[in-house]
Amino acid sequence: MILLFLETDAEGVTEISLETVAFARSLSAAGGGIAIRAAVIGQLPDGVREELGAHGVNEVFHVSGDAFDSYAGAAWAAALQELRERTGSVVVAAAGSPRGNEVIAHLAARLDVPMAANVISFAGLAPFVVTRQVVGGAALEEMRLDVRPALFTVAGHAWTAERAPEPVATAWQEVTPEVAPADLVARVVAVGAKEEDRSDALKSARVVVGAGRGAGGPDGFDAVIELARLLGGALGVSRVVTSLGWRPHHEQVGQTGSRIAPELYIPCGISGAIQHWAGCASSKTILAINTDPEAPMVTKADYAVIGDMHEVVPAVVEELHRRRG
Amino acid sequence: MTETPGAGLQVLVCIKRVPDSSSQILLTEDAQAVDGRHVGFTVSPHEECAVELAIRLADATGGRVTVLTVGPPEAVDQLRNALALGCGAAVHVEADPARLGPADVAREIAAVVQEHQQAGTSYDLVLLGNDAADSGDFQVGIRLAYALGRPVVNGTSTLEVADGVLTAHVDGPAGAETYSVPLPAVATVLEGGVEPRYPTIKGRMAAKKVAVEQRAPVTEPQGPRRVRLLLPPPSPSTVEVLGEGSAAASAVVDLFEKLGVGR
Ligand SMILES: Cc1cc2nc3c(=O)[nH]c(=O)nc-3n(C[C@H](O)[C@H](O)[C@H](O)COP(=O)(O)OP(=O)(O)OC[C@H]3O[C@@H](n4cnc5c(N)ncnc54)[C@H](O)[C@@H]3O)c2cc1C
Ligand SMILES: Nc1ncnc2c1ncn2[C@@H]1O[C@H](COP(=O)(O)O)[C@@H](O)[C@H]1O
Repeated sequence: MILLFLETDAEGVTEISLETVAFARSLSAAGGGIAIRAAVIGQLPDGVREELGAHGVNEVFHVSGDAFDSYAGAAWAAALQELRERTGSVVVAAAGSPRGNEVIAHLAARLDVPMAANVISFAGLAPFVVTRQVVGGAALEEMRLDVRPALFTVAGHAWTAERAPEPVATAWQEVTPEVAPADLVARVVAVGAKEEDRSDALKSARVVVGAGRGAGGPDGFDAVIELARLLGGALGVSRVVTSLGWRPHHEQVGQTGSRIAPELYIPCGISGAIQHWAGCASSKTILAINTDPEAPMVTKADYAVIGDMHEVVPAVVEELHRRRG
Repeated sequence: MTETPGAGLQVLVCIKRVPDSSSQILLTEDAQAVDGRHVGFTVSPHEECAVELAIRLADATGGRVTVLTVGPPEAVDQLRNALALGCGAAVHVEADPARLGPADVAREIAAVVQEHQQAGTSYDLVLLGNDAADSGDFQVGIRLAYALGRPVVNGTSTLEVADGVLTAHVDGPAGAETYSVPLPAVATVLEGGVEPRYPTIKGRMAAKKVAVEQRAPVTEPQGPRRVRLLLPPPSPSTVEVLGEGSAAASAVVDLFEKLGVGR
């Protein structure tokens, strides 16, 4: 039995959680059609049951009650712990998102069992061996998870959030687990306006224009910002840029910044260090602009322009204006 | 609460020595670890920010920061760097990190916290990074909190302490979240809320004089359950160079049109 913790937002189940369901389906198939159960917690948007049916989830537990009105990692893990016992699940997994990693780590600590973060595939079922991302995805680790329950999270972008070939009729249960006061001590007491999550625009942008040390200084960003504006995109930067204080951290792309997956990423004056690559590897197409034809960003890109970004980017902006009249 | 009742905050901050690979990763011969011998070593930016937050909290209250690492003998370099920034004491649990799993590390840190408490130093707050830069287990801080029976806030980037209460801010999925938890507590830190300071020469000199507390692990490690590390196969470069300098502008805009972006 597989038990998933799935996250929802105002639109439905999050993309990365649906990717996790896709992974669970492949695990289920490899195990001969193991049932997939899922826990969803707190207030839900409409249509979650139908959506999860379309993605092949057999049974959903909707956890609610006063204790679950706001997020508390320990309480959410306590609910998952109870559901695991009730269902006898041998696998408990979630998305490799901040919440997913946090809730599964709580569960791992409570059960005193191992946890594998950011799994991309399984290398074997008996014994259960998973392959997971380490060093921000620049290397992989095969890890033995031959302990029950096996706890792990599924790395973002490793699977596609495809629907199941056949929808299933999803059973639905409302549950209100007991929560010990100690599990509510660290709890979200206030949530500020959504606008404050300033990296959102970057994470969901269809086009990202990137800028690194090659920008030369805090005044070197006008042209890249203008290009991003003309393409309806967002600005993303390297860590050198944020640690020199040229741009704010919420614009940083990489292992310790945002992970982006745009249709087109245009890194300008960025060398392509593995930690930067960790954040942009899921871009569909990369067009690098760099003075160095040997820079890793250039050799890994789909397209490149070799040259000074302070000449190339303004010229591209001008050409866009010219063609648009 | 601390050595002298009413004195400032006692903060423990945990850092991990990791390879500073930037362009290419190499593995050790046994494929159990990333080989850092040719690239040098560093700590995660998350932990740099944890150190910065710890120093600010201790300075504001007249308290003290103790920096801890579980690592090889050379990890003393990372402790000295943290001392140079303003940490007041350092603890080195000497062990090969490739042989430890995250549960082992949490257990070792918990043992130090508990022993120091018996010796008269209670840490009001333990700060860690959200995830280690190499193994990326995303769990040591949470396991530590359970081992100590303390509340934990995960993924905070700014925090304050007043009247024995930690207020921590997290960039959550639905907006800026606030936690408010009583001390003693554990928090894991994400880069971005503060800019880590640089060491001063005076700081570097002072750091040399601090005696690092050397310890041996207290438990036999369960290990990381690692079969092996692998590197993704190198993909041959298929880059198409559109041109050089501003002369390439027209080819670039052609590409935008082909990809259907920006309309
Ligand atoms: C644990 C850890 C986590 C990290 N996390 C991140 C992260 O999240 N994000 C991140 O970005 N980095 C991260 N880093 C840092 C990373 O290793 C690199 O140091 C950083 O990405 C380099 O930034 P850069 O490419 O802007 O600078 P550089 O590496 O200095 O490269 C500058 C590039 O610009 C080119 N250039 C120079 N002038 C021009 C010009 N006028 N026109 C065009 N091109 C020009 C150069 O040829 C070069 O390729 C992390 C490091 C560690 C150890
Ligand atoms: N060997 C270690 N020594 C000290 N602190 C560590 C060690 N390993 C991990 N940590 C701390 O735990 C955090 C999370 O690590 P992890 O759970 O392994 O991703 C790191 O950012 C460090 O602050």
